[in-house]
Amino acid sequence: MKRSNDGDPSSRTPEGAIYLDNAATSWPKPPEVVAAMREFQETSAANPGRSGHRMSIQAARVVYETRQAVADLLGAKDPLRVIFGLNITDGLNLALHGLLKSGDHVITSSMEHNSVMRPLRELVRKGVEMTQVTCAPDGTLEPKMVEREVKPNTRMIVLNHASNVCGTLLPIQEVARIARNNGLLFLVDAAQTAGVLPVDMLDDHIDLLGFTGHKSLYGPMGNGGLLVGERVDPGELHPMRQGGTGSRSEHEEQPDFFPDCYESGTPNAIGLSGLLAALSWLGERGVTNIRAHEEALCAELLDGLAHIRGVEVYGTRDAKKQTATVAFNIRGMEPSTVGLRLDEQHGVLCRVGLHCAPSAHRTLGTFPYGCVRFGLGVFNTFDDVQDALKAVHQLAREER
Amino acid sequence: MSYAVILVDSTSHAVRIEKLLAPTDIVCKLIPVPRHLSSDCGVCIRIDQDDMERIRQLLDQSNAPFRSIEVI
Ligand SMILES: Cc1ncc(COP(=O)(O)O)c(C=O)c1O
Repeated sequence: MKRSNDGDPSSRTPEGAIYLDNAATSWPKPPEVVAAMREFQETSAANPGRSGHRMSIQAARVVYETRQAVADLLGAKDPLRVIFGLNITDGLNLALHGLLKSGDHVITSSMEHNSVMRPLRELVRKGVEMTQVTCAPDGTLEPKMVEREVKPNTRMIVLNHASNVCGTLLPIQEVARIARNNGLLFLVDAAQTAGVLPVDMLDDHIDLLGFTGHKSLYGPMGNGGLLVGERVDPGELHPMRQGGTGSRSEHEEQPDFFPDCYESGTPNAIGLSGLLAALSWLGERGVTNIRAHEEALCAELLDGLAHIRGVEVYGTRDAKKQTATVAFNIRGMEPSTVGLRLDEQHGVLCRVGLHCAPSAHRTLGTFPYGCVRFGLGVFNTFDDVQDALKAVHQLAREER
Repeated sequence: MSYAVILVDSTSHAVRIEKLLAPTDIVCKLIPVPRHLSSDCGVCIRIDQDDMERIRQLLDQSNAPFRSIEVI
């Protein structure tokens, strides 16, 4: 097993701290990403699609190429149905607020991020009915439990592909079948999996897929959105905002076609140029190779934590059944203390607390204090894992 | 040379058609929409009139959206 990847950027900060917070946002990025953004800004950064001159058209081409690359990676048929926004939160809000009406019923799980739960709570106040299926204490979901909740007014099922807290994978293919069989729309939050695990809208029968550019797709922050499948009628998906699109400027009514209907305002084209470079890097590296590396790191981390007295690990504890995001606590120590000491004394950067997912922590039994989360990324090395394990070991020993 | 233009709703649609034509020997260019065809500020795809029928077939085979093809 290769202990590190030759030529890769370092997972250590200039001061030598180890970055283990890739579940929040990946760092570092492939050097190609920064180079592409710089080049785009210096050569092509006119307003895409707003003007007819060559630089504006060149910018529009880059935006379109990015649409195509996202569609290709995630198995979407039509690049015009890739809707760009700020992040996946934008995309999930569009899918939920844009499609669900008072009287509709929606089914979700108890492992969701607040980017799903908060829009749903708001919709419940507006008359949408919601059922939250409780996951097992390791975060796994029994598909039959979802089917049992289907009612005549059920319109949609929404699930994350992997938990942002403990990495547990949810059975999206099985649930997609349930959605198809019952004539429901299926929305998947792929924030933690796009780029590291295969996700294919067509093969997996996903109707709406949220993605974010800055995590496992290795693009910059400020890009993400929603892929809209063929079963979704654009007439039923209402835009969140109206505004300028560069098209149909003679009309004061919002255009009704993809993607303009849902993309008012100047896009983050510089960010998209970075995402395009990231996707091309991803294609060369290979999703399977990325997964293999992260799975091996995760297995080593899980194994190491299991051997430290006083450490409790949450989730599946099986690298094959989760992403390389590992949640744990040191008995007797508050996660916030662990986080501060990991940072200040050991130079390990991670995220502690509730990770924007209170319901997931209730499921895992870690509410309200939360836990410590190590989020591994493609640029982490086995040395990173060993150094982080040493740090946890020392903290746990001091506590005993 | 006599030209025609493919009118589209969105620059995204224009780039899509440009990419569709790129692997063929058909020459096209994205230009601002001629004023007499639309008051829109958008772009359209300029083509050779002789290629109109071939392009119409290609567009029909793909599901690339477009509004119309106009002789200019
Ligand atoms: C599962 C999941 N969904 C949604 C989000 C929100 O992502 P973003 O902040 O990019 O919108 C995250 C990350 O924070 C996440 O892990």
